[in-house]
Amino acid sequence: MSLNAYPRIKDWLGVQDNRLVLSSGKVDIGQRISTALIQIAHEELSLPFDRIRVAPVRTGLAPDEGITSGSNSIEQSGRAIRLATATLRAHVVAEAVRKFGGRDADWSLENGALHGPGANAPVDLLSIASELDMSLPVDLDASLREQGVERVRAPMRGMRDLVVGSYKFIHDLDLPGLLHARVVRPPHAKARLLDISQKGRERVAEARLRLVQDGSFLALVGADEWQVIDAAAKLQNACSWSDQDGLDDGDVFSLLTQSNAQRFTIVDSKPSDADIPAELGRVDAQARFERPFTLHGSLAPSAAMAEFSGGLLRVHTHSQGIYALRESMADSLGMSLEDVELTHAPGPGCYGHNGADDAAFEAALIAQEIPDTPILLKWTRADEHAWEPFGTAMAVELGAELDTDGNVSAYSAEAISGTHRGRPRPGPNRAGPARLLANHFRTEPIGPAPAAPNRNRHGGMHRNLDPIYAFADKRLVKNLVDGLPHRTSALRCLGGAVNNFALESFMDELAYAQSRDPVEFRLAHLKDARGIAVLKHLQNLLAERAGEAEALSTGVAYAQYKNAMTRVAVAVEIAVTEEAEIQLERATIVADAGRVIDRAGLEAQLEGGFLQAASWALCEEVTWDRDGITSLDWDSYPVLRFDQVPRIHVHIIDQPNEPAVGAGEAAPGPTLAAIGNALFNATGLRMRRLPLTGDAIRRQALSM
Amino acid sequence: MTLELRVNGTTQRVDSAPDTPLIFVLRNELKLTGAKLGCGLEQCGACAVLVDGEVTLSCVSSVESFEGKNIVTVEGIGASELGRLVQDAFVDATAAQCGYCTSGLVVAVTGLLSAQPNPDRDTVREALAPHLCRCGSHPRVLRAVEIAAGGS
Repeated sequence: MSLNAYPRIKDWLGVQDNRLVLSSGKVDIGQRISTALIQIAHEELSLPFDRIRVAPVRTGLAPDEGITSGSNSIEQSGRAIRLATATLRAHVVAEAVRKFGGRDADWSLENGALHGPGANAPVDLLSIASELDMSLPVDLDASLREQGVERVRAPMRGMRDLVVGSYKFIHDLDLPGLLHARVVRPPHAKARLLDISQKGRERVAEARLRLVQDGSFLALVGADEWQVIDAAAKLQNACSWSDQDGLDDGDVFSLLTQSNAQRFTIVDSKPSDADIPAELGRVDAQARFERPFTLHGSLAPSAAMAEFSGGLLRVHTHSQGIYALRESMADSLGMSLEDVELTHAPGPGCYGHNGADDAAFEAALIAQEIPDTPILLKWTRADEHAWEPFGTAMAVELGAELDTDGNVSAYSAEAISGTHRGRPRPGPNRAGPARLLANHFRTEPIGPAPAAPNRNRHGGMHRNLDPIYAFADKRLVKNLVDGLPHRTSALRCLGGAVNNFALESFMDELAYAQSRDPVEFRLAHLKDARGIAVLKHLQNLLAERAGEAEALSTGVAYAQYKNAMTRVAVAVEIAVTEEAEIQLERATIVADAGRVIDRAGLEAQLEGGFLQAASWALCEEVTWDRDGITSLDWDSYPVLRFDQVPRIHVHIIDQPNEPAVGAGEAAPGPTLAAIGNALFNATGLRMRRLPLTGDAIRRQALSM
Repeated sequence: MTLELRVNGTTQRVDSAPDTPLIFVLRNELKLTGAKLGCGLEQCGACAVLVDGEVTLSCVSSVESFEGKNIVTVEGIGASELGRLVQDAFVDATAAQCGYCTSGLVVAVTGLLSAQPNPDRDTVREALAPHLCRCGSHPRVLRAVEIAAGGS
């Protein structure tokens, strides 16, 4: 917990140049956490937005809040900033009372100034704050400031800079003497360098480029970016690689079986050492749901800037976890932690563990060879498509026993996948370095790391495996398969995406099999009052639309992320084209994320979650053959485009007295299922393997 | 070899090799980093600029093919009233999440609205189809287009 490790006000807040500086270990990855933190500080201290700034996130300065992931930023950093600013307010008011008189209640705050008895003019809050002892502890019970109904919303940080082209992404960093770098990649993960042709080496020398080599890790470096890109492509053709046996190009779903797996019984939403429970006594319905390897597919290929100078390594990175990455990089390079400094720089939306960490380490390897020179490494589009750690292929097998009313009396769920846990976190057997891509290829290789089960509640594969519905009896098993053909790691929602797709498709199947209304069927099994309210709200919205949308087919689904965070009900209306392609017409999302802090940001996360899942559902699938990954660009790995985007209506149920919970990963799971359920409604086809492409739909229709 | 490029209303001499794709000249030589490299394959739209008013991707075509043409990057879009309206509309609609696609979209929307001041929703969706957004800010971008079209 962030506040346990960093209990003092000054861990989170500082005053500099008459502005409040917020320190957070969470980084902006498109989810607007820094805007939300500014909003929170504004709410507690009434400071104008332009007097609040967010400090750069740098090792040694920022609180170590682990990885920015799991939709935890608001609960962790947000809570810390909320309580730190509330504590500061109490101390500032007490100081005003001491200086000028009156009681606490006589003093009011407006626009960053204190108004009260004994002071002729408003007293600036920050000038009092700057005289206070900021090493005082954050009061965990600090009273929060009442918020008016019409709250002023912080503008999105950096928005104006984005539209005029002055916002600096990591790719835009520039320093005197900077050199550009590109990595020359093997054809696939098993291939190793045999030889670089003489001609290839000569061409590099003639172009006065630098070749950096450590075993099969190769990079080209030079001042002219285009020349480096062009030369790297040519050098690739001048290399010969050991082929090994190539990639395993068999059916990956045939590898996703219990007999290939390390098995864990899930008890209380986490793996236990209990025996695998017996199969259901009677199975009235069962189904298996599948999803292929999926890309994060960040719009910008990963990048990093590194400089090695005077024994110090300084790296700019868009990693989600600079402290963990620093430790694994220092270990890989044989450096001490103090000699490695990582600073977060803005990158593209990452949706989980993409190539950012690997790029940072590769830039460092290059910088070590070319000291006193800033090295800006960018991955190519093909690098990112082929070498980012994919979201794992996954299967979920469900079974149900029904009572005499047709309700679920016993439930079985088995999730089967590779690891969702490939981040370079330090661990036994140098697990951190073993999860950095370049280490696999160095002269003295480290890794790849074996899959290690995530044992946290709703961690990894078993996220949302435990159903949100009150089934009387349930057996839940997680099956971790090692040795799948591709490196995999955390992709937005982890196992929650497929677990929710499976459960919510299955609930739909069970309802239709009994000719029961699918929403009513869910309500019959849901005991959580707020969840029921969310579903009923959606039901009412759909009832209002009945008759309006005759030609369209609707699918619904519900989920509560990690069974503890944002509750989301989704309805999707679709049409199916002559080519059997799904056309999304309209989406309705109802959500309860507790107390609303940044409504626009919350809506954006829900819309964004919907659209990313829509892209997964309709388009996304990594493909490969023996010789390497074949989905290497946006044509061979299509994603959702503007002309496929439906109208989206978001309805938020604000709960001012409930804690704010993260929403970044709440919508995708139910979205996948709602689209599949709409397809069933439209065609009678129950599709249980993603993606639901026109080809796949035609195949299934013909096979019936 | 020196080329002359007309960018954002001024003529600039550039020294890059003539076969260099335009984007690298804009970003590295002219320090106009607004255009983003997303794929280098003309598949994602992040590198869009206006060339003689037409929305044009800058990541493949060589710089020499742009000689004598009028290039406007996102940094120069605000010089026109329409461009400024589009920028303001993106801000009003908070039409970005990570923002990597934003400059390409601001350029594309400006190009679209200068050709068609009041496009219907389907026309806008078609016109923006070459531009990828992975965060799912599409609804806000479409809203920004409505705001800009309403204000022009």
